[in-house]
Amino acid sequence: MSDEIAKHEPIGDPGLAEHQYRPQDVDDAQARRTERQISAMFLIAAALFVAFCVIYVTVDANETFLGWSAQNFGFGFTLGTALLLIGVGIIQWAKKLMGDHEIVELRHPAKSSDEDRTEVLADINAGIEESGIGRRPMIRNSLLTALGALGLPTIFMLRDLGPLPFGQRVTVWKKGMRVVNDVSGRPLKPADLQVGQLVNAEPAVFFEEDEEGHRLYEGAELLAAKGKAAVIVVRMRPEAVRPSQGRENWGIDGILCYSKICTHVGCPISLWEQQTHHLLCPCHQSTFDLADNGKAIFGPALRSLPQLPLALDDEGYLIAVSDFPEIVGPSYPELARDQKKLDKSS
Amino acid sequence: MRKLSTRRRHPLAGLVVLLTGLVIMGGLWATVAPEPATAETVTSRDVEAGRLLFEIGCASCHGTNAEGIGTQRGNVYGPTLIGVGAAAVDFQVGTGRMPLAQTAPQAPRKDVEYSPEEIRQLSAFVASLAPGPAIPGEEYTDFEKASISDIREGGEIFRTNCTACHNSVGAGGAMPGGKYAPDIRDVTAKHLAEAMIIGPQQMPVFSDEVITPEDKRNVIAYVKALNSEPEYGGIGGGGLGPVVDGMFTWIIGIGGLAGFAIWIGAHGARVKKR
Repeated sequence: MSDEIAKHEPIGDPGLAEHQYRPQDVDDAQARRTERQISAMFLIAAALFVAFCVIYVTVDANETFLGWSAQNFGFGFTLGTALLLIGVGIIQWAKKLMGDHEIVELRHPAKSSDEDRTEVLADINAGIEESGIGRRPMIRNSLLTALGALGLPTIFMLRDLGPLPFGQRVTVWKKGMRVVNDVSGRPLKPADLQVGQLVNAEPAVFFEEDEEGHRLYEGAELLAAKGKAAVIVVRMRPEAVRPSQGRENWGIDGILCYSKICTHVGCPISLWEQQTHHLLCPCHQSTFDLADNGKAIFGPALRSLPQLPLALDDEGYLIAVSDFPEIVGPSYPELARDQKKLDKSS
Repeated sequence: MRKLSTRRRHPLAGLVVLLTGLVIMGGLWATVAPEPATAETVTSRDVEAGRLLFEIGCASCHGTNAEGIGTQRGNVYGPTLIGVGAAAVDFQVGTGRMPLAQTAPQAPRKDVEYSPEEIRQLSAFVASLAPGPAIPGEEYTDFEKASISDIREGGEIFRTNCTACHNSVGAGGAMPGGKYAPDIRDVTAKHLAEAMIIGPQQMPVFSDEVITPEDKRNVIAYVKALNSEPEYGGIGGGGLGPVVDGMFTWIIGIGGLAGFAIWIGAHGARVKKR
């Protein structure tokens, strides 16, 4: 066949080039030297593995080396170098010393021989005949029903990806709950906040304890509640704030409170620029103007940041007037429907 | 007197004389010695010297009386400095942010133009205009006295309030419109405390009533402790997170593998004859 192709080619098949030998094939001294080199790599690797164990025992975990942990550096250096030497040694061995044959393998047609094909087809047909799948439709159809029903659990489990039940849309904020500083739990007075101030705040209920001295919210429950209720409190010059209709009394002398959860996919945001009043989400650069009712002015978030209406209690501390009048957290397809429910219930 | 002279050869007599002498000298020194000059002690001469410096170096933007200058369009050319206090001047001039080299989205940290003495005088002048935050004292900056639990608490405050912009180790990060939160790892404790108190440029204010002086000291202690720790995970890559890790993986990791593949496939040395 190759002769046939060769006839039509403008340049004839030159055939295989003459085999060229490696220095190690020709010169025994060279081959021995290569052998020694490769063995040395393997032996150094063995020594490094031993050194790893020595470092494990002798080097204290607190010691440092060039600003790194001496122990970790020693482990990494010995183990890494040893494995590298084994790999390099094997490649060198294969390239320099192992058999060096040039092999030509011609391509074969992918199709099986005709007799193999008829034999396999006969086997399949015999199988279908013996199973009686054509003669016993009840078995066949009931099996198909069972396999079809296997899809149902899969579809039902996908329900978990769907919208949360409405009851989980509300937060722990309620009328009269104090807005407190995150970490310390200290309540906030308007006089504590200067113009340009940002406070990462939480509802006071996260710091409250029951009669036995246990926190009301703990562990996973606390995290889930925090994920919806976390807020930031900012203070701007009152004349800079442009409240929309109905929001005129939601702040106190330029102190406003917004949800800390981005309305795009729910990252916590507190990157506030005190002069531009812009709040930046670090995940996808959504930007909200806190002087303009938390309006989304840039990025993938389309919904304004929900605002928490503020008031003062008898002692002069900041409190919430109600829960968020808007749904907090990332937006989702059924949001408008849930918002209507929320409007109705409040 | 006779009683005293009879004891003059007592073995401890020399020691008593020495101690008496030391106490007298020490007492005299304490009453007579001049008080060391600190940032808090400000004289009217400092204010006057500061005013002269201000008129040369600052008034062109901030106005001759530090009242600020507006543009015709109603924007701020140079903000008023009345009421910003000594802390703001010490921070802005002490970190080289002021005087501004050019108008840009952000005043960058650069070489300091004024001597510590001149900064003290400028601060004194601006502080004399109206009450404002003073240069923070030791209760803010003495981070070496913080205990392990103080540092832990500072870490919680730092992660809640600071990491959003300044990154989890204080390496800084990007902000909109060409602005950025600067790297704070090698900033002095005094300038860190001042930044929290005054909220320079776009940074929000963290007032002493909300983040107490002790909280601020603990935050500073945390930043300093975090960055003096050995890097247990190996090369930190600037603390900038997964972008750096990815760059190393692509360039050094995959590049190294490609290098080995090329070596395995290379033909190697050959000789002509057997």
